[in-house]
Formats: sequence, C-alpha cells, structure tokens
Amino acid sequence: MESSILTLLIFVPVAGAVLMLPFAMLYGKENAHYYKWIAAITTGIQLVLAGILYLNFDPALSVTESPFTVQLEWIKHFNIQYFLGVDGLSIPMVLLTALLSFICIISSWKIDKQPLGYFSLFLLLDAGMMGVFLSLDFFLFYIFWEVMLLPMYFLIGIWGGPQRMYAAIKFFLYTLFGSVFMLLALLALYYYSDPHTFSLITLIHTVGSIDATIWGLSVKYLIWMSLFIGFAIKVPIVPFHTWLPLAHVEAPTAISVILAGVLLKMGTYGLLRISYPLLPGEVVNFAYILAVLGVINIIWGATNAIAQIDMKKMVAYSSVSHMGYVLLGMAAAISDSPAGAQAGMNGALMQMFNHGTITAMLFLLVGMLYDRAHHRWIVFPNDYEKPELAGQQGFGGLGAKVPVYTAFVAFAFFAGLGLPALSGFISEAMCFIGGFSVFRTLTIIGTLGILLNAIYFLRAYQRIFLGPLNETYKDLTDISHRELFTLIPLAVLILFLGVYPAPLLDMISPAMDGIIKIVQSVI
Amino acid sequence: MDLSLYFTSADLAGITPEIILTITALLVLTLDMTRITRPGLYLLVAIIGLITAGYVIVQSGGGERSLFGGMLLLNKFTLFLDILYLSVGLATLVFSQGYLEKRGGETQGEYPALILFAVIGMMLMTRANDLVMVFLGLELLSLSLYVLVGFLHHSLLSNEAGLKYLLLGAFSTGFFLFGATLIYGTTGSTNFNNIASAISLGAILSNGYLSLGIGLLLIGFAFKVALVPFHMWSPDVYQGAPTTVTAFLCTAPKAAGFGALLKVLIIAFPEVYSQWQNIFWILAALTMSVGNISALMQSNVKRMLAFSSISHAGYLVLGVLVLDSVGLSAVLFYLVIYSVMNLGSFAIIAAVEKEESGLGLEDYRGLATRHPWLAAAMTLFMISMAGFPPTAGFIAKYGLFSAAVANGYIWLVVIAVINTLVSVYYYIRLIVNMYMEEEGKALYPVSTMPARMLIGILAIFVIIFGVAPSYLLEMAAEAGNMANFLFSTH
Repeated sequence: MESSILTLLIFVPVAGAVLMLPFAMLYGKENAHYYKWIAAITTGIQLVLAGILYLNFDPALSVTESPFTVQLEWIKHFNIQYFLGVDGLSIPMVLLTALLSFICIISSWKIDKQPLGYFSLFLLLDAGMMGVFLSLDFFLFYIFWEVMLLPMYFLIGIWGGPQRMYAAIKFFLYTLFGSVFMLLALLALYYYSDPHTFSLITLIHTVGSIDATIWGLSVKYLIWMSLFIGFAIKVPIVPFHTWLPLAHVEAPTAISVILAGVLLKMGTYGLLRISYPLLPGEVVNFAYILAVLGVINIIWGATNAIAQIDMKKMVAYSSVSHMGYVLLGMAAAISDSPAGAQAGMNGALMQMFNHGTITAMLFLLVGMLYDRAHHRWIVFPNDYEKPELAGQQGFGGLGAKVPVYTAFVAFAFFAGLGLPALSGFISEAMCFIGGFSVFRTLTIIGTLGILLNAIYFLRAYQRIFLGPLNETYKDLTDISHRELFTLIPLAVLILFLGVYPAPLLDMISPAMDGIIKIVQSVI
Repeated sequence: MDLSLYFTSADLAGITPEIILTITALLVLTLDMTRITRPGLYLLVAIIGLITAGYVIVQSGGGERSLFGGMLLLNKFTLFLDILYLSVGLATLVFSQGYLEKRGGETQGEYPALILFAVIGMMLMTRANDLVMVFLGLELLSLSLYVLVGFLHHSLLSNEAGLKYLLLGAFSTGFFLFGATLIYGTTGSTNFNNIASAISLGAILSNGYLSLGIGLLLIGFAFKVALVPFHMWSPDVYQGAPTTVTAFLCTAPKAAGFGALLKVLIIAFPEVYSQWQNIFWILAALTMSVGNISALMQSNVKRMLAFSSISHAGYLVLGVLVLDSVGLSAVLFYLVIYSVMNLGSFAIIAAVEKEESGLGLEDYRGLATRHPWLAAAMTLFMISMAGFPPTAGFIAKYGLFSAAVANGYIWLVVIAVINTLVSVYYYIRLIVNMYMEEEGKALYPVSTMPARMLIGILAIFVIIFGVAPSYLLEMAAEAGNMANFLFSTH
C-alpha cells in the first residue's frame, strides 16, 4: 500500500478520464451528469489518498528512506526511471493539488458545454500536476510538466471567455518556450554528469564536478539560466508575466483557480527541487538578482493590481505580487544567519501553500459574482458596450443584499492583504524576515507591497459592497450550499494556519534545512 | 546451362519475400484481366501477399547473410526496415479502399500491384550491398511511384504532380548514377565492401573524383528523401498525389532512402565519412528550418504536412550525422513512429477530403463536434508530430536529439529544439480549427470500417510507444547494432 500510494495519486485521475469513454459511448457526450460525478469521485479518492499520505508522512525521513518512494526502471534504453517520492518540499504541494482539484470539480458543477471534454481534460491536468510534484527523475518531471500543458491549453481555449483563443495560445507558447530551455538543461545535465543519470537525487552529488565550458561560459551557469527561464515563465517573474493576466481573465473560474493555485507554484517548486540542490554555486551568485526580481514582482504586481477595474484581473495581478514574496524568501537561503535562511526558505514554501489557498478563494468568489451578475467590473470601462454605464461603478452596496458572500469576500481580501491571524501574514512575514537578514534595502522596498496590497483590496471591497445598493442587483441571490462547500475548507485552512502554523512548518522544515545546507556548503 | 554457377538455393531462399510479392503482384494483374470488377478482391490478394512475405521475413530471423555473391546483404537492420515497408504498404492498401472511387478514379489491379512493386523496390534498396543493386531498387520504386502519383487521370493536380515527380526524379537518378560511375572509376568496384577496402588502402582517399562521386551520390539521395535544398519537388507532388499515395510516398520511400543512405555510409565509406559531417550538419539545419518555416504559411493541410515531413527528414539527418549504433537505432525508431503518425493523419485527410476540396484548414472547423473520434485521433497525431509527451513522437525526437548531444552536436540540437517549438504552432493550428473555431462548411467524412479501425490502432500505437517504448527501442537497438559490427571490421 505504502509504495503504491504515490502512483495511485497520479493515476486515479487518469483512470477516471479513461472511465468516461465507455460512458460517452453508452450515454452520449452531452450527459454532464455522469462526467461530473466521475470527476468528483476520482478527485475525492485522490484527496483521501493525499490525506492518508499526510497522516503517514514522517518529515524526519529523507526521500531515499521514505516508505512511499517508488524507483523502477521505465525506459531502460534511455536510462529513465519511474522514480516517485515525497518529502517536506513536495508534500504541501501534493496536498494543495489534491484539495484544489476536488474543490474545482465541485465549483465546475454548472459546466454544460461539452462536459465530457472539460472533465476528462481536467483530470488529465490533475494527473500532470500531481506527477510534477512527485517525480524525482528529471525526465519524468519534464514529461509531466509537458503533459499539463495541452489540457490547460484546451481548457482555456474552449471554455474560456471572449478572447480565449488568444489567451490560450499566448499561455501555450510562453510555457512551451520555457520548457524548450528546460529540455536543453535536461540533456546537458544528463550528458555532463558522471554517471549519466536523470535521478534528481544522484544528480545532487554529481553535478558539482562539472567544469566544462561552452563558448567561455560554464556549463553549470548555462544550465542554471535555461532552468531559470523555464521556471521564471511559470512563476511568472516580471517581465515574463504578460501571459498571466490574460490567461486568468479568459479562463473559466475553476481553471483560474488551478492556474493561480497550483501552476504558478510549479515555477518556484522547480527552482527549489532542481535548481537549488543541483546548482548551489549558481544560487549563491544569483541570489541577489533573485531578490531584486522578487521585489520587482511585489511592487509591479501590486501597482498593476491597483490600476485594474476588472476584479479578476486585479486578483491575477495580486498573484504576481504574492509570488514575489516567495522569490524574496528563497533568495534568503544564502543568509549568513541560520535563522534568517530558515525563515526565508520556510516562509517561501509556506507562502506557496498559503497563496494557493487564498488565491483559490479569491478566484472562486469572483467567479460566483460573475455567474450571477455576468460581469465583474469594479468600474465600467469608458468603452463599455452599454455607453450609459461607461465610467459608472459596476456594483455597490451588495453587503446588505448578500451578507454571507460579503463576509467570505472580506475574509479572503483580508487574507490577501496579509492581515495577522490569517495564514498569508505568517508566510509573508517570514519571507521578509529572511530577506531582511541579507538584503536590507530591498526588503524595506518590498514591504511597501503590503501597503499597496491593502490599497486595492480595500478599495475594491468598498466599491462593491459598501454604500447604497445598486438597484440593478436587488434580486441578487446569496451563496448556495454547493458554493459554501467549496469555500469553507479553504477558509478553515487559512484561519487555522494563520493562528497555528506549526503543523505545516514542522512538516516542511527538515526538507528546507537540507536545501539550505546544500546552498550554504558552497559559500 | 548450370544455374548454380550464378546463384545457389540459399540465394533464392533469401529473396523468397521478393518472389512472393512479385507473384502476388502478377496475380493481382491477372485477376484484373479476368474482368472480375471487385476492387476489394485485388486489395485482399495484395494484403495476403504482404502478410505472407512479412511472415517469411520474420521467420528468417535476421541473421547476417550475404546473397548473390555480395549483391545483397541481409541482417537485422534490413529486417527491421523490410517489416516497416510491408506494414506501410498494408496500411496504404487498407486506406485506399474506397478512396479512389471517391476521387473519381477506379481501383484497378494496377494500383495494388504498383504498391507491391514499390515495396519490392524499397526492400532491394536497403538489402543491397552494391551500388548497382541500390540503383535497381531505387528505379523499381521510383517508376512505381511516378504512376501512382499521377493515378487520378481526371485530376489536373495529380497529372501535374506525376509529371513533376517523373522529371525531377529522373534528374536525381542521373545524379545518383553519375556518382556511382565515378566511385566505380576510382575504386574499381560497385560492391560496398570492396569500395571500403579500396579506400582503406589510402592512395585514393584524396582523389577528387572520389569526392565528386560521393557528393553526386549524396545529392541523389538528398533528392529522394527531400532534403533542403533538393526538396522543391515534394510539396507539389505530395499535394497533387492521391492522398493515400501521399501517405505511402512520405513514409516508406523516405525510410528506404534513409536506410540505403545509412548502409552506404556505414559499409562503403566509413573512413571518408568524417569529411562529410559538415555537409550533413548544414543539410540537417537547413532542412529542419526551411521545412518548418514553410509549413507555417500553408493553409492546405496536405501541403502543410508535406513541409512538415521535410522538417522531419531534417531531424532524421541528426541520426545520419551521428552514425553510431545509438544514432542508427534512433533513426529506425523515428522512422517507425514517423510512419505511424503520417499514415494516420493522411488517412484522416483522405476520409475528410472531397473532390478537389476539403483540404483547407477551415474545412476542419467543427469536425470535433461531428466526428469526435476522428478529431481526437487527428489531435493525437498532431501532438505526436509536434513531439509532446506522453506520445511516441516525443520519445522518438528525444532519441535523436539525445544521440546528437552525446556526440557533441549541441548547437545543432539547439536549432532542432527551436524548430520543434516553431512546428508546434502549425500543428496546433489544425487542432484549433477542429475544436475552437466556429463550425464551417459541413463535412461528411467517408471512410470504410477497416480504415477507421486502422486509424484507431495507429492512434493507440502513438500512445503505447510513448508510454512503453522499451520493446520497440530494443528492436531498433538490435537493428542499429549494424553500425558497431561493421565499423569494427574495418
């Protein structure tokens, strides 16, 4: 059981997607009922499996000692292994993926356009995400990384908003551009390491001895840069971020949730899983730039969010800003104070998890309003299709009309702006503590982000929920039980980890200590 | 007359597959003369012949055998390719049923017979161990193809394609023959082994006529497998030919061309080869890039796939450049996967197209709603051609790229990877048209039940060879061992 649980986590969704085919032949493609139930059950099983994994997970064991690790020969000819494992770095991401996938299926209950395609692609996407977080063989990692790409492309391109095709192809080409660099890095790592291997565990020991150069640049530096481009596009690090607001705005709600909640984390996960342990020397040289990029992300994302009048775009830019904290925290791994390095690295991983839950809630809430009002303008744009509304406020005074919804929005907004006692505060503070121990000035600039975040969240809240009720929405209905069901688990997690972050922290810190040790060993 | 002076029974046993295929082809032609007008029958007889020949080949086991005094050399490498040609021929025949009638032609006995003759030609090309034999095989193949390409005598495009192919094909044959002549003149032999030993004596290594001969020979091959800048004929021919013939033309003969080229290089020119690596480097880079960039601008699906197949030939040159056992097995694996993907997608095109139309990208709009399974299969083939995991196309590309990196061709692989990135755009465009664009003109794909089943099988292959490629890789590796064996003998 223990050694098959990781395999099941990945392939239960695939089995669900395959199971849909006989149903499609028997009952027709348009019978949404079957497909959403199959999807809900398979993601439910996946969530239960993730729960079992969590309960049996021992943070003190390294990947090689863990009973969950699976290491089998896959393609012998190319020396590729089916090597899965879980450690403190991947387990929060696995839990997040399982939780958000399940919640997203529930929130997609009303999808009626080509349900077979939607739910089967979603399950394939789910399998790909799980695979990325569990792979310990670089080749396998790359395969799962690519497997995610096409379902995502279709989910945005077919079920998205008016500009969906442009958004989908932009997302697709950007990400593909990044993965091409990753493929080159993969080949280089394989052929320059001795013995030739894709195992990320073995590579930790063998990459250090590479001292070849190409055109006067060290191979290690080139590998680092290739990986960095691949991951930076995914994070996204400014200036590679332009695909993100577009993709988020056009994607259907559940896909935005996955995109912001899980896919963005893959960039930083990749850096922590591959770049950091394999190329610590390059990390040390690059940390300052990473911190600068992190601070630029924080400020750039937040200032752009302030300028948005579309709620979803605002939330999308807030993601850019929040991912900046992760980068700043990660850069602190080179800190000469052990406490600073620990705070930074643990803060970064916690921020990845916490931002996953918070942004998921934000996107779900925006989606709920959009389902009812069919628009999500905070203020109508000047070129709005109905000229009499141009420049007017989109909503107003909804607080009295839909109190439960308003309470959840207030909760999510406060979590987003980093209010103490909610989880975002803890991880952001830790990233800043870590960052401050190395990059004083930068971190001080970065903390401005907190203020900027507060500006747009509070202003949006005020414009939508406070003041006199906009008469157009006098028949607005409050949140349904199904919607409540998707929000409550997230809210509980955000509150719990804000008050008592120890369970998460204890789970991840041994793994992060390991990475810090590798990085510190080359300073 | 004592025949045993000329050949032995072992020689005859070695060419049993060719004999079976020849008899089958003649039988089909005879059936045609009896005026039994049931096209299905001709196809069935031809298919039985192909399967029997395949059985005989597999039974032979692929041991190293030299036949007819060194004219033919059979080994695992030729066995692998023989099976590929036979399978492609079989698939083409299955897809052809009903297609020619749809396009206003009629299936006559000569169509399956010509396919069979082409298969024999290809088998001789790669089994050959002598330039004269290669030339014979090449001519048998080409002559059959000239007729097949122009088979739709009502269609102007098909006629044009046939004539164009004939003229340029004859031209390239001239190059080949002239090259072979010069090589014979300098080395005193047309036998691969004798050429190699003549060269290894050293005196003629720097002979300008030898280099000229090899160069002309390579140009002949480059024409046949459509490497840039010798590719100009292929888009027009691929577009004009009946689609089932295009499917055949862009898979098996390309495999035969690469197979014969590899064999010539490995056996006859192992010592000269290193001087030609720069040429292959440039050919690979040019072929990939020109093929892909041209494909970007096409709106006709057949033409787009024609350019895409040029770019695939460019990737294959990577393996020719490496020319060790790893590279060789990568080429063989790629050829199989390439054939599977192209046969599948051309079969779907053949089902979708109508008289002189139905070939534009916009004709595929809404195919996903009307024919979800065909659209899904087409998507799989396109994804695989673009080289996405977990499809076979990815593993195949990875094999070639990895072999090239292992031999230090890093910048060429960078070019190849960038090309792959470019190619994604036009493959995706077809998928976009099927799934995301507003529905266009109504299309009613016509295909027979066996054809649909075969498309399904090919689609499953694309997945299976992507997820569990070990078995096929192992076979390709065994076949690729030819490089090791022969290099060591010199």
